[in-house]
Amino acid sequence: MARIVVVTSGKGGVGKTTTSAAIAMGLAKKGHKTAVIDFDVGLRNLDLIMGCERRVVYDFVNVINGEANLNQALIRDKNCNQLYILPASQTRDKDALNLEGVGKVLEELSKDFKYIVCDSPAGIEKGAYLAMYYADDAFVVTNPEVSSVRDSDRMLGILASKSRRAELNMEPIKEYLLLSRYDPERVESGEMLSLEDVQEILSLHLLGVIPESKAVLNASNAGIPVVLDEKSDAGQAYADVVARYLGEKRPLRFIDGKKGFFRKLFGG
Amino acid sequence: MNQSSILDFRSGTFFAPVLVLYSNNMEMISQRLQDKIASAPGFFSNSPVLFDLSELNKNDIKVDVEALISLLRKLSLFPVGIRGGDASQEKRALELSVPLDSGRSRGDAILLEIQKQDDTASEFQTVVREAVRTPAMMITQPVRSGQRVYAASDLVILAQVSAGAEIMAEGNIHVYNTLRGRALAGVQGDIEARLFCLDLQAELISIAGIYKTSEDLKEVSRKKPVQVYLRDQALIIEELG
Ligand SMILES: Nc1ncnc2c1ncn2[C@@H]1O[C@H](COP(=O)(O)OP(=O)(O)OP(=O)(O)O)[C@@H](O)[C@H]1O
Ligand SMILES: [Mg+2]
Repeated sequence: MARIVVVTSGKGGVGKTTTSAAIAMGLAKKGHKTAVIDFDVGLRNLDLIMGCERRVVYDFVNVINGEANLNQALIRDKNCNQLYILPASQTRDKDALNLEGVGKVLEELSKDFKYIVCDSPAGIEKGAYLAMYYADDAFVVTNPEVSSVRDSDRMLGILASKSRRAELNMEPIKEYLLLSRYDPERVESGEMLSLEDVQEILSLHLLGVIPESKAVLNASNAGIPVVLDEKSDAGQAYADVVARYLGEKRPLRFIDGKKGFFRKLFGG
Repeated sequence: MNQSSILDFRSGTFFAPVLVLYSNNMEMISQRLQDKIASAPGFFSNSPVLFDLSELNKNDIKVDVEALISLLRKLSLFPVGIRGGDASQEKRALELSVPLDSGRSRGDAILLEIQKQDDTASEFQTVVREAVRTPAMMITQPVRSGQRVYAASDLVILAQVSAGAEIMAEGNIHVYNTLRGRALAGVQGDIEARLFCLDLQAELISIAGIYKTSEDLKEVSRKKPVQVYLRDQALIIEELG
């Protein structure tokens, strides 16, 4: 049985697709057979970040409509043979997905895969609902700003009340916080919320902090998930996240700015 | 489809603020209402409201029910009942699809009965005591933004209540964590209801319809357990311990 992981946020542009690509690759690199699904029908972003946009023939909607089978639609990643991508359709609208169809696809994938990562679209409407409905675990991607924190809180309420696990009175979805685009200097100057502020408001299990990093843009331009850029701060932070998710203990990194660093150094 | 799954009547209560009028001057009423709405837009927009004319009628002040109803609707309030009107006011309200409310909420009814029965110490007292002992609703998970909880009893919450969440109870509310959302105790008019929490950072607190918004709560010290109760129609916030 696969573990279904939704990467969600409420707010748009916070780093869900970046995170989905990175953790799917991270899990696959650790030897777990992983599928990553793009639920953002109409926008289609994941295949660009995974660098497989030229190999898309069939997509998620085709599979749901029975126009193609899963094997035809799944794209094997070029860097890791344990990783498969199920792209979204660019030509359909959001209503092309439905709960039953999504359920069938996930069930079929579950037979063969260890982890299924669902890249949610922004918002709290149908697309985001479908992406989280069947989840076992949720990575709630949040930026250190008030509106993002508020939207994440909203999404947590939906996870707790509208998911399949909630409806069937099963053990609730495991919720993890992933604080992304963290810029310690802007936190110190008071422009952004600190890790502590966000933790106080959301009180969630923290899986990691991803720093604001140029490496992310470079990676997405190159079509290679940033976690493969092992020298980069963001790549290492994502590797830590995957390791913690799999149960390893790793200290938090990339949360102190220059001032914090000097303060530590001089005990000030 | 099964015949029995088409509809169902369940007993239920719903919450609406009661607008008690002391003046029949529509312009002044309109101005005051707009001020109130501006102070808590989320609370009032599209809110049902009951209006109570008993104070006016006690003093023989006549109010134009039709003008009042259309004013409320214009301000995005939904009049759902008239209370304390005379026969012609009630008739006019009904014609405008606003039902009559007897003004005897459950709390009132019980109080009246107790006074009547006090000296005979009959069975009724036991009944009242049982009613009071309705088990509290218990919530162990955080109440997140966008979620609402309604308890027809006391409400006990062991986790945080986020900004953008709303908790309501006919009785007392206890939050053993931080309260950031809206909390309304005694929503059926119980002025004895109280609100307790470990850290009051609420967007709105209310007891029996008397409320304060976060604007009025700036002075409250953070991270201190407090209780909130009504005294002489005013909310008192008091540190505990
Ligand atoms: N840690 C980071 N550092 C710098 N830029 C980042 C980081 N994470 C994401 N970005 C940038 O932010 C933008 C949005 O990222 P991404 O597409 O992953 O967000 P999303 O949540 O999936 O957006 P949407 O809601 O539109 O689906 C992209 O341009 C991406 O390169
Ligand atoms: Mg995205």
